Amino acid sequence: MSSCCTPATIEIETRPRVAGKIHTVALIGPPNSGKSTLFNRLTGLRQKVANYPGVTVEQHYGKMSGIDRGDLILIDLPGIYSLNTHSEDARVAVDVLHGRMPGAPAPDAVLLVLDSLHLQRQLMLAAPILSLGLPTMVLLNMSDLMETRGGEVDTLALARELGVPVAKISAARGTGLDAIKHFLDQKSEPVKAAAPKLELPVMGNPRSYRQWATGISTRTKYKAPLSSEWTRKLDSVLLGRITGPLFFIAVVFAVFQVVFSIGRPLSDALQDLLNASGDKVGLLLGHGWLQSLLIDGVWKGVASVLVFLPQILLLFLFIGILEDSGYLARAALIADRMMRAIGLNGKAFIPLLSAYACAVPAIMATRTIENKRDRFATILVTPFMTCSARLPVYLLIIAAFVPNKPLLGNFFGLQAAVMVGLYVLGFLAALFTARLLKSSILKASSAPFILELPQYRVPTLRSLGLRLMDRGMVFVKQAGTVILSVMLVLWILSHIPFHADLPQSLIGRVGQFIEPVIRPLGFNWKIGIGLLSSVIAREVIVGTLGNLYGADPATQSLTLQAALRHDLTLGGAMALVVFFAFAMQCTSTLAVVKRETNSWKWPALQFAYMSVLAYLAALATNVLVSKFF
Amino acid sequence: MAALSELRVGGTGVIEVLRLPDEIQHHLMHMGFIPEARVRAVRRAPAGDPTVYAVDGMEVALRRDTARWITVRELEEE
Repeated sequence: MSSCCTPATIEIETRPRVAGKIHTVALIGPPNSGKSTLFNRLTGLRQKVANYPGVTVEQHYGKMSGIDRGDLILIDLPGIYSLNTHSEDARVAVDVLHGRMPGAPAPDAVLLVLDSLHLQRQLMLAAPILSLGLPTMVLLNMSDLMETRGGEVDTLALARELGVPVAKISAARGTGLDAIKHFLDQKSEPVKAAAPKLELPVMGNPRSYRQWATGISTRTKYKAPLSSEWTRKLDSVLLGRITGPLFFIAVVFAVFQVVFSIGRPLSDALQDLLNASGDKVGLLLGHGWLQSLLIDGVWKGVASVLVFLPQILLLFLFIGILEDSGYLARAALIADRMMRAIGLNGKAFIPLLSAYACAVPAIMATRTIENKRDRFATILVTPFMTCSARLPVYLLIIAAFVPNKPLLGNFFGLQAAVMVGLYVLGFLAALFTARLLKSSILKASSAPFILELPQYRVPTLRSLGLRLMDRGMVFVKQAGTVILSVMLVLWILSHIPFHADLPQSLIGRVGQFIEPVIRPLGFNWKIGIGLLSSVIAREVIVGTLGNLYGADPATQSLTLQAALRHDLTLGGAMALVVFFAFAMQCTSTLAVVKRETNSWKWPALQFAYMSVLAYLAALATNVLVSKFF
Repeated sequence: MAALSELRVGGTGVIEVLRLPDEIQHHLMHMGFIPEARVRAVRRAPAGDPTVYAVDGMEVALRRDTARWITVRELEEE
C-alpha cells in the first residue's frame, strides 16, 4: 500500500562487502543496442521495476539467475549515447556508476553492450565507460546478424586495444552468454589484476572520441556489415508517398479494431467472471458488514481495475510488435508532420490513438517519447481522448434523453450524431490543451525530433512475452493498490454511521452538501454522489445511480432511464455527458500519471484543470440547452 | 556550402559545421553528425518532412528546422 503515498524507492539489499568479491553488476549501452533483451536473458523473468528517487527514469534490476549467478544483482541503466550529463538519463547512469545514487549500490563490474552492426559509432561510448576504471566486459551484440551480413571484427585485437575482455553475443538467440558467466566467475575470485595500460581520448569531446573509435575499429579490422536489403526495400513501400500513408492507416485501424472488437468482449467476460466469483464468495460470507466490506468494497474495487487488463495486454502486444519490428519509428516519422501542428511530435501518435481504448496503457506507452517535455504534454492531454469507460455513461444518457431521429437515412441518427459529437469534443479539448501547454508551462522544448530508424527485425516471442509480463505486473501492482485504498475509503464513508441509508451516510451528506455547487449544472444531489463515486472510475456512476434509484442497471436499464428522465432536465443530462467528456474521473489514470511522472504535482494539476474545464463546459451546456431546447 | 535541409534526396554531402544549442549538437555528434562525416539524404517522409539521412551506416530522421542549422559541402555524383 506504500506505493500510493510514498514515492517508489529502490530496495536492494546491501550486503557487507568482501574484498575482491562482487555482488552488483551494471548493464549499460546505447539505445537500440539490444540491452533490454540481454537484461531479460540474464535475469530470467525475475526482475523488479522502480523509479529512481526524484526523477522519471525507471530502474530495472534483478538477480542474474538467467546464467546461474542468482547471488549477483544486475542493474539495467538507461540507454545513452554518452555520459554527457545534459540528459536526465545520462545523469542517472553516471550517478549509479559512481555509486552516488541513493538506494542503488555502487556497481562492482560493468557489462557494456554495443551493437556490432554499428560498432564504430557505438565504440564512442566505450571511452567514458572504460575511464571509470571498473572491471568491465564489452559485449558485441547481434554478432550473428553482423556475420551473416558480411561484417567482421577481430575480438582478440579489440580486447587488447580496450584492455578488457570482449565477447561476441546474440541476446536475441541467447548465444555467447557463457562468456559473461565466465567473466563474472573470474571477477568473483579475489585476484589482484594489474591495471592494463589503456590510452583513452580527451574526455568530453565527441570529436576526439570519434577519432579514437575510428582508430580502434581500423586496427581491429572492423568491417561494417552491409545494410539490410530488406530494410531498404520495405522502407520504399512503407515510407512511400502513397503506400506509406495507406499502410499507416491500415495499422491504425487494426490497432483500434483489435482493442475494441477483441479487447472489450474479453474485458466484459472477465468482469462477469470476477463478479460471479465475488458473488459466490459473498454467499459464503453471509449478509453482514464483512461481506459488504470484502465484496462491495475490496473485491469490486480490485475487479474494476482488473477488467482493463485484457485491453492493456492486447494494446501492448500490438505496440510491442510495432516497436520490436522497427515499424514504430516509421509510424512516428509519418505522423510527425500532423502531430507538429498541435505542438507534439510524431512519437505521441500511438499513445493518443491508444487512449481511445483506455488512457492507462496509453500513458504507459508514452515511454517511447524520449523528450521529457513532449512526453509530459502527451500524458496531460491523453485523458481527454474518449476512452471506453465513458461509453456506458454516454450510452445511458443518450438512450434516455436523445430521440433517435434519422438524420442521414437509416444509417446515421441523432443518437449517433450526439455520440460522434462527444468524441470530437474530447479530441478538440486534447488539441486545445496541447497548444496551451506547449505555449506555457511546457514551452518549446530544446531537444528537437531526432529519430533513429532501426533496421526491420522479426520480433521474438520471448521479448514480446516479457514485455507483456512487465507491463501487466506494473499495471496491476501500481494502479491496484491505489484503487484498493480509495475503494475502502469510499465504502467506509458510505457506511458511516452504521445502519444508515445512503442519504444519511457520510457520503450522502457530502452529496447534499455539494448540491448547491452542482445545481447550476442541472444536477441534483444523487448525480452529485454519482460524480463523487465516479472519481474512482467513470462507469461506476452507472452502478451508483442504479443503486440510488433503486434499480439494477443490468436488468432494469429501462427503469433507470425512466427514473433519470423524471429527475433530470434535458439541459442537465447534456451537461452530464459534457462533464464526463472533460472531467478526470479515473483513479487508475491518476495513479499511472503519478507513476510515470514520479510526482503528485502533475496528476494534481491535471485533475484540477480537467475538473474546472468540465465544470465550466457543463455549466455552459446546461444554460444553452435549457435556453434553446 | 548549403544547409543540410537543402540537400536533394539521393544527394550526398560532407558536414562542415553544426550551429545548434550544445545539448542538441552533442546528441547529433554522437549519432554520427560530425564535421567531415558523409551524409546522404535517403528519403523524405510522405508529408515532405522530416527527412531521413544516412550517416555512419545508420538512418536518422531530422526535421527541416534542425537540418537547416547543419551546413554541408555537397559532393558531385560519384
